[in-house]
Amino acid sequence: MYSQVIDEQPVSSDELNAQEALFQEKIDNDIKIEPRDWMPDGYRKTLIRQISQHAHSEIVGMLPEGKWLTRAPSLTRKSILLAKVQDEGGHGLYLYSAAETLGVTRDEMYLALHSGKAKYSSIFNYPTLTWADIGVIGWLVDGAAIMNQVPLQRCSYGPYARAMVRICKEESFHQRQGFEMLITLCKGKPVQKAMAQDALNRWWWPSLMMFGPPDADSVHSAQSMRWKIKMNGNDELRQKFVDVCVPQAELLGLTIPDNKIIWNEEWQQHDFGEVNWDEFYNVLKGNGVCNRERLKARVDAWEDGAWVRDAAKAYAVKRQRSSSL
Amino acid sequence: MSEWPLWEVFIRSQHGLAHRHVGSLHAPTSEMAVCNARDVYTRRNEGVSIWVVKSADISASEPNNKDMLFEPSHDKIFRHPTFYDLPDDVDYM
Ligand SMILES: [Fe+2]
Ligand SMILES: [Fe+2]
Repeated sequence: MYSQVIDEQPVSSDELNAQEALFQEKIDNDIKIEPRDWMPDGYRKTLIRQISQHAHSEIVGMLPEGKWLTRAPSLTRKSILLAKVQDEGGHGLYLYSAAETLGVTRDEMYLALHSGKAKYSSIFNYPTLTWADIGVIGWLVDGAAIMNQVPLQRCSYGPYARAMVRICKEESFHQRQGFEMLITLCKGKPVQKAMAQDALNRWWWPSLMMFGPPDADSVHSAQSMRWKIKMNGNDELRQKFVDVCVPQAELLGLTIPDNKIIWNEEWQQHDFGEVNWDEFYNVLKGNGVCNRERLKARVDAWEDGAWVRDAAKAYAVKRQRSSSL
Repeated sequence: MSEWPLWEVFIRSQHGLAHRHVGSLHAPTSEMAVCNARDVYTRRNEGVSIWVVKSADISASEPNNKDMLFEPSHDKIFRHPTFYDLPDDVDYM
């Protein structure tokens, strides 16, 4: 019912302006926009891009962790990681469904991802070298994702907001299992603690990049905030993240790899060093360590699964035939 | 590529409650849709029963007709119990 066909009737610009004003008024009054409601083209397009990118990130995000499923050090850790990775697959599905209510098809979104046209979060183009990476990913990567996603539960588009509610409920376990694993490692042998420190060293800066470029360089921010599909500035969330992580790192006895981190009494927040934005843009352009590997794994999984989809469809056709006899 | 049909998923969260729309998914048959719904929407005891309905089979009211459909009930405040002022000493009502 949601993949609606919109009859495009030519409207005068006055009429359009009136419609847009009404639309903005709804948003200002926190009235949710639902799939079949009128919405400006720009709103629809921006949302499709944003939600599908988010969905792609969940799906590609399964890959760096998936590699460690068969290498988990105990059956419990393996079950936990399996459950987390399965959740991420579910998150991808909730989000693809939300995007589909805007009139884009699942196949169009897959095609955009598989052809390299669509983006996903830069963080998943970094390699997971040791088991400690899995702990740090839960702590920092899921932690950063939560910080981004919690405010989106209040965003203006109903299906997106509702998907975010489900996702946020599930994310908390992801972060806690990661942090608990790090506590265990940091209480272990010196080599285990060193492994945790090494993972933190490699994941810290890419995690800060997850919040996106500085607000001053962020192209679509102002309009998206007016539409309430972006609820906070990138820098504001990044700051919050740093402030939350500093005491957590201390608790673990690990050192954040930034010697500029210092408490600023006047601002009541931490000062911290400059993110290497050249690296961020470079990874986004496709030149990260794992960009090619990730995309290939995703495309291979889709293509290798083709016979299963075909078989299921053939079965559905056969069943339909026999029931219509 | 040609997609499997889209299904809307409804879940009864507890005995005694109504099924509630939770989202949608693609599946080739209704049985597969129920299986997928179990995996996607009930990983943490969210439900005791699942319904799936082909999205294409749902008819919905037009958002543009909202006023026409729902306005007539706005001014019938006498349909609500609070419309009636009763003396304080009337009990059990
Ligand atoms: Fe997720
Ligand atoms: Fe997660």
